[in-house]
Amino acid sequence: MAITREEVLHVAKLARLELTDEEVERLTGELGAILEAVGKVAELDLSDVPPTSHPLEFVNAWREDEPRDSLALDEVFANAPQREGDLFRVPPST
Amino acid sequence: MTWQPVVGLEIHVQLKTRTKMFCACANGYGGGENTQTCPVCLGLPGALPVPNRVALEWTIKLGLALGCEIAPRAVFARKNYFYPDLPKGYQISQYDLPSCTNGKMLVPHGDEDLEVAIVRAHLEEDAAKTTHVGGRSGRIGGAEHSLVDFNRGGTPLVEIVTGPDIHSSEDARRFLQLLRQTIVELGISDAEMEKGTLRVDANVSVRPEGSGELRTRCELKNMNSFRFVAQGIDAEVARQIAVYAGGGEVVQETYDFDAASGALTARRSKEEADDYRYFPEPDLVPMEPTAEIVERLRAELPELPSARIRRLGDELDHERAGILVTGGLDRLYEATVAAGAERLPAANLIANRLAGVAVEDVSPAELALLVEARDRIPRSSLDDAFDHLAEPGFSAAPYLVQEAVSDTSELGPVIERIIAANPGQVEVFRGGKEGLLGFFVGQVMKETGGKANARIVSELVRERLAG
Amino acid sequence: MSAAIDTLRLTAEEAAGLLERKEVTAAELHRAYLDAAAERDPELHCYLRLVEEPVGGGVPIALKDVISTQGIETTAGSKILAGYVPQFDATVAARCKAAGLPTIGKTNTDEFAMGSSTENSAYGPTHNPWDPERVPGGSGGGTAAAVSAGLAPWGLGSDTGGSIKQPSALCGNVGLRPTYGTVSRYGVVAFASSLDQIGPVARNVRDCALLYSIIAGRDERDSTTVELPEAVRLPEGDDLTGLRIGVPKELNEAEGIEPGVAASVRDAIELARSLGAEVRECELPRSVEYGLACYYLIAPAEASSNLARYDGVRYGLRVDGESYAEMVERTRDAGFGDEPKRRIMLGTYALSAGYFDAFYGQAQKVRTVIAREHAAAFERFDVLVSPTSPTVAFKLGEKAANPLAMYLSDLLTIPSCMAGLPGLSIPCGLSEGLPVGLQLIGPQFSENTLFRLGHALEAALGFDVVPERLR
Ligand SMILES: [Mg+2]
Ligand SMILES: [Zn+2]
Repeated sequence: MAITREEVLHVAKLARLELTDEEVERLTGELGAILEAVGKVAELDLSDVPPTSHPLEFVNAWREDEPRDSLALDEVFANAPQREGDLFRVPPST
Repeated sequence: MTWQPVVGLEIHVQLKTRTKMFCACANGYGGGENTQTCPVCLGLPGALPVPNRVALEWTIKLGLALGCEIAPRAVFARKNYFYPDLPKGYQISQYDLPSCTNGKMLVPHGDEDLEVAIVRAHLEEDAAKTTHVGGRSGRIGGAEHSLVDFNRGGTPLVEIVTGPDIHSSEDARRFLQLLRQTIVELGISDAEMEKGTLRVDANVSVRPEGSGELRTRCELKNMNSFRFVAQGIDAEVARQIAVYAGGGEVVQETYDFDAASGALTARRSKEEADDYRYFPEPDLVPMEPTAEIVERLRAELPELPSARIRRLGDELDHERAGILVTGGLDRLYEATVAAGAERLPAANLIANRLAGVAVEDVSPAELALLVEARDRIPRSSLDDAFDHLAEPGFSAAPYLVQEAVSDTSELGPVIERIIAANPGQVEVFRGGKEGLLGFFVGQVMKETGGKANARIVSELVRERLAG
Repeated sequence: MSAAIDTLRLTAEEAAGLLERKEVTAAELHRAYLDAAAERDPELHCYLRLVEEPVGGGVPIALKDVISTQGIETTAGSKILAGYVPQFDATVAARCKAAGLPTIGKTNTDEFAMGSSTENSAYGPTHNPWDPERVPGGSGGGTAAAVSAGLAPWGLGSDTGGSIKQPSALCGNVGLRPTYGTVSRYGVVAFASSLDQIGPVARNVRDCALLYSIIAGRDERDSTTVELPEAVRLPEGDDLTGLRIGVPKELNEAEGIEPGVAASVRDAIELARSLGAEVRECELPRSVEYGLACYYLIAPAEASSNLARYDGVRYGLRVDGESYAEMVERTRDAGFGDEPKRRIMLGTYALSAGYFDAFYGQAQKVRTVIAREHAAAFERFDVLVSPTSPTVAFKLGEKAANPLAMYLSDLLTIPSCMAGLPGLSIPCGLSEGLPVGLQLIGPQFSENTLFRLGHALEAALGFDVVPERLR
């Protein structure tokens, strides 16, 4: 199961990773080898088997609609890379 | 060729639960920026979502009101994409197993009801709010940048998706009004477009009348009133017809509708195609509402607006019934009729004069008195009465009496003038020739263009000359 | 007084006794571990940071650096979280605090717990106390090495595919990966949510059980948690009469199991038989053959999503850019090391349009197969046993260049993780002078059975947990 350089670049875009050329090169090889190995799951005919997304089979875990204290502003911004007033500042998103 | 519009709607409804969808932060406006946030809704490392039971139940309740099948098993998934207002890098949303599917809403329509399929209604969390600031010409100097307030992030949202069953902007408006009224009456959302607690996107295509095909559709966003939704649909339909008329093809695209200019602006296509990589949210377990829960919620449903339009439509007409019901006025109408008012005048007065008024405190009995007196009392009194009708303790009586009083003030000066201009006749009348009363009344009637109440005028004149 | 505390041998239970009898103060006890760290940690690099002042009057504890600690930097071994100071405690940290256990320090880990050697830490590798040229295993190599080297009496790790059990094996500790859902993940930096579990690492089984009893139980902040069906029992005695032990062929004869490892495990199994257990061979054919492939689809897929929150907006590293997108891409490129990048790429690919069914979807079905195979085995057996790791501790750098070879380190621990089952690793002997781990796997919520078997074997084996070079 080979993965092409273009696919690696596409996936990197989806994953928001700005990879260097060297990284793209190396990952193309490594991911190809790993996909080859994990592609083994396709050997099994499991058309009648339901998927498991969670190891515990229980349902209906929820909480009541009761408010609790939110964080204080100094806690909210304790680790903020850039704060402007009481807002998080980021480079332009449009 | 005649073209038929084909419209499907996607509606987001912000639920007015006390807390957010997956954390216990207060849900709602009013707090300072970022004051309604916590590790969960800020997406801090290790924080985990815990669903709000009330939001889950309200989604089911809405589904029941829309005639949906309630899923015996509903599952949250992650919708993965990056945006500054999406703190976890994914939105938690029901996806392939939503709570509600396969419903329909009937919009009673006289001869032929409008039936709109509800493909699904699912629960998800809202994004935060990003504000774009600055730039060379910006108000705030300095570099262009964006600012994020996470207060809204994580608010419960129900997304309702209709089938492509709407064929005019007017029907879209009717459907939305009825849907909104249904939501409001369920008590699960304020559903106000101006505030963003109700948001509507429209998928629009056109086809040759009678063809039944589904052509390429475009999505319209950014319409913040029902009127603008209707205008946007009309504009997009016209645009697509022009494209086909010109021999072109419609290209799938998302447009922002600017109501002020009527312009449709295509959104810049994203660099890469959307690929949200949905998968079941592993931090949550499935929801399997028991029959008891579903039946309890069903029992809590009030008589729904659609049914009430149908019922009232039989005694009025569906147009009037629709206005009353979607205006939240039909219960008042029925009570006013029960208090003795005539149906049609009651319906008209209520629809015309009470649209947009909070009518909880209106007394049907008092309103019935006004309806009854509507032609007897001067318009100004009726206007005045309706202005104060919704005030607690309102009584119609003063307005009904005010008729005379206000007439006095109107007629008084006229009478005075006539008396002053005819001293001889006054002398003769006072001398005992009461037959002259007719002379004075006639003068007043002439002066007021015949609109004064002759009985009242004669009483007033007699009173004045006797004094 | 603290000079008399032998941190290499003192168990947590004994330490609690000293405190209770007021033979030492909590401050003295804490100081003893800090002193030991001052002496040995420069060589071993178990801790990313130490806490000088104890908070609480109980037995101190080491916490893996994926566990959020209020006011104490928590990096998950990643540059992208350098300087991040949580404003809240993970539930397990809060429960330790409530039990009076002061934190000694935050221990080293492979970045975001992704790895089997702790070499993937952005802050440099941890060394194995038995042989500093060798790895301590991973991802929880810091906690395991700290406990082994007497720098903590016990500690907490997190386990996704073997990150508690495998380092415990390589360092000669007792480590429990609990039943999925019995310990809250709230506040623990997520790797793969449907697999991550937090669990204890200790010097013996009773300490392990004691620490498990402190952290286990439903947490309203983690909706995937459940209440324990029965209370934790501290194991006593050595009678194994009636216990049915299965020896899965595939887990015990897998390619790559070192002969010395296989021999130690065989001896331990014979010992169990002599203590009254019924031992029979059994099979888990598809679990072992397909487990690793299944894991390396599901865990990276979930990880690719869990690691999306590191975007430079609210906390952690930010590398500026002209636009939001550019800032995020640069931040993530600079902040993540090779292994997280590899797994993010792999997981993103496995979830992407056109590949979902073949990869992620199929892996979820394999997961069902694995769970069913184990369930069938547990109709006949109370416990399944095997080596924890196919090998003893390997040399630093030996597998660093070959991700696939490294992934094989977890071949034997992964299948039961996929099924959400508890697993206990206890040291069962030496091979080439290095500890060998015995893995005990039970059905869901069978921790008490694992403790019973582990405790009986531990007593019978008489394994000396102190590394020879430190005795
Ligand atoms: Mg939506
Ligand atoms: Zn919150």
